[in-house]
Amino acid sequence: MSSALDRSPRSVIILSSAFVLLWVAVASFPFIWTLWGSFKVQGDFFSKADWRNALWGTRTLIETGSTFTGAGYDGAWVQEEFWRAAINTLIVVFFTVIISLTFGTLGGYALARSGRKYAFGLLMIALVFRAMPHITLVSGYLLPFFEWNLWGHLPTSIIVLVAINQPFTLWMLHSFFLNIPKDLDESAKVDGCTQFQAFRHVIIPVMWPGVITTGLFSFLLAYNDFAVTSMLLSEENRTMVPAIAGFLGSTLEEGNVMFAVAAVVSATAPLFVLVMFFQRQIVSGLTAGAVKG
Amino acid sequence: MRHKTFFWFILPSLAAMILFIALPLVSVVVQSLHIEHEQVIVVTENCGPFGCTEESSVDTEATAQLRAEQPLGRFAGLSTYFDRGHLATAEIAEAWRNRDGFGGFLSELYNLPFYKALAFTLTYTFLVTPLVILLGLLIALGVNRLPSLLKGPTIFVSLLPMIITPLIGSLILFWMIDAQGVIGKTLQWVFDDPELSLKASPALTWITLMVYGVWSSAPFAFVVFYAGLQTVNSDSLEAAMIDGATRWQQIRYVVIPHLMPLVVFISLIQLMDNFRVFEAIVGFSAQANATSLSYIIYADMRSDLTRFNSAAATSVLTVIGVAILLTPVLLRTWRDFKGKAV
Repeated sequence: MSSALDRSPRSVIILSSAFVLLWVAVASFPFIWTLWGSFKVQGDFFSKADWRNALWGTRTLIETGSTFTGAGYDGAWVQEEFWRAAINTLIVVFFTVIISLTFGTLGGYALARSGRKYAFGLLMIALVFRAMPHITLVSGYLLPFFEWNLWGHLPTSIIVLVAINQPFTLWMLHSFFLNIPKDLDESAKVDGCTQFQAFRHVIIPVMWPGVITTGLFSFLLAYNDFAVTSMLLSEENRTMVPAIAGFLGSTLEEGNVMFAVAAVVSATAPLFVLVMFFQRQIVSGLTAGAVKG
Repeated sequence: MRHKTFFWFILPSLAAMILFIALPLVSVVVQSLHIEHEQVIVVTENCGPFGCTEESSVDTEATAQLRAEQPLGRFAGLSTYFDRGHLATAEIAEAWRNRDGFGGFLSELYNLPFYKALAFTLTYTFLVTPLVILLGLLIALGVNRLPSLLKGPTIFVSLLPMIITPLIGSLILFWMIDAQGVIGKTLQWVFDDPELSLKASPALTWITLMVYGVWSSAPFAFVVFYAGLQTVNSDSLEAAMIDGATRWQQIRYVVIPHLMPLVVFISLIQLMDNFRVFEAIVGFSAQANATSLSYIIYADMRSDLTRFNSAAATSVLTVIGVAILLTPVLLRTWRDFKGKAV
């Protein structure tokens, strides 16, 4: 299609380039601005006088003696102990991804190889579950979890996130396994392997691209979750996102919005790194579902 | 694959989904049919020189004990569904009888919390979804024309609004549109109105939330469309050009029909995701002017006195809404599957 487009008139090229440029600005400016502003004091980030103060750090220079300050980061990580939330996030995300993928590869493989009516029915049910707003499920957990003393612990949140993740993981891995030729495990079975041995020795070695892509999306779901972690974790077990929400409640009055800004930038950094390294996988993962319809 | 093997492979996944998705849905239904125990009233008779008076007082201890023993409360049937916080049938009937024109009736309706949330949720879902598709398509067409050296970095930047934590993304924008933030200040300057605040009026809050919704979801549509554009058949484009189709006609009659299945896919995902709009309202602190179904459930659970039954009833109504939204898709997929099988 590029050959046909090479002959575009200049006006079309200029117009479309300008549009893309505008989009790039809209998509990136909030991040750049917040990153830059997180090293200033509140008087600059929220400037009563002139928004350009945030660029030059006018108030920051007056208040701290330098145009950049790490006060926000110091306040968030040391004073408010944001590192605890970071460790909790690490635990929750790590186990959610590992367990999701283990369950998901087994289930997705079975769904891809069965082709029976009930396998299709299960996929449809998974689609309905995928559409459930997470907060409606949380309202179902809350009372029983209180009663059984399961509320507030990290493992509870992990297993809930795994379950909420399953419908999506199943769909995605199911479509990846459909792309792996059936002959591969069929011939292993002809050679005398059981279904599980065929899975273990033939499928597992070739499934990693699909698993890594699905793992990325499980990571994003667990990392970005607010509904589950904010309702099901006690204060000392809070992960980063509910901790940031907590900052807002406690710091707005004290005039320490900059703690929240610094925490927000800190929590965004891993996502940047993730996209930088796995851009190709994320793009292919987003389109995998679409191609299969 | 044999039934038994299938069963063992699917078991962990199925168990997780039954325990933590299907059972909670049952639990929500059960909770919604119950209501918290009433306060225990003790009637004591005080007899004095002028006869006896009956005095009733609340036995706080007994109330607390009863509520702790049976946190589910007592069976209340469907009453929670029809109370003022939910379907509010009595209030609606009242408002209809005393209606002051249709507009007046609607504004009465909008004062009821459930309908207020429903109005925003539906408006958000059905405005943001088409806008996301349109913007995504435009970006994809634009990026597709870029020299290949620029494509990688452009896609990288475009993915950022999508992968960012929703709460964090909305907070970042919230700080920028603050009356003292950079966008807020710029808007005041553009409209020459130093009092302008995007948080003050309901209409502006709605627009802000929807702009955020489009900003954060457009990358998803863009990436899907972009991948679709890579597979457009160049022969058909060539043929269309030889037949004298203009650029617009090429897009209209060759590219867009090719992308149509993707539009269905994106709409499905976006309808599901937009219907549960929630984090943005927390991030933008917009609850005074805009609430969504998910948000009122959250608010019920967050309040000092957790109203499990109220949250549960709203949850059930939300799930019914999701079911209505999904029915056409499910029916169609099921027909396709049966068609394939035959």
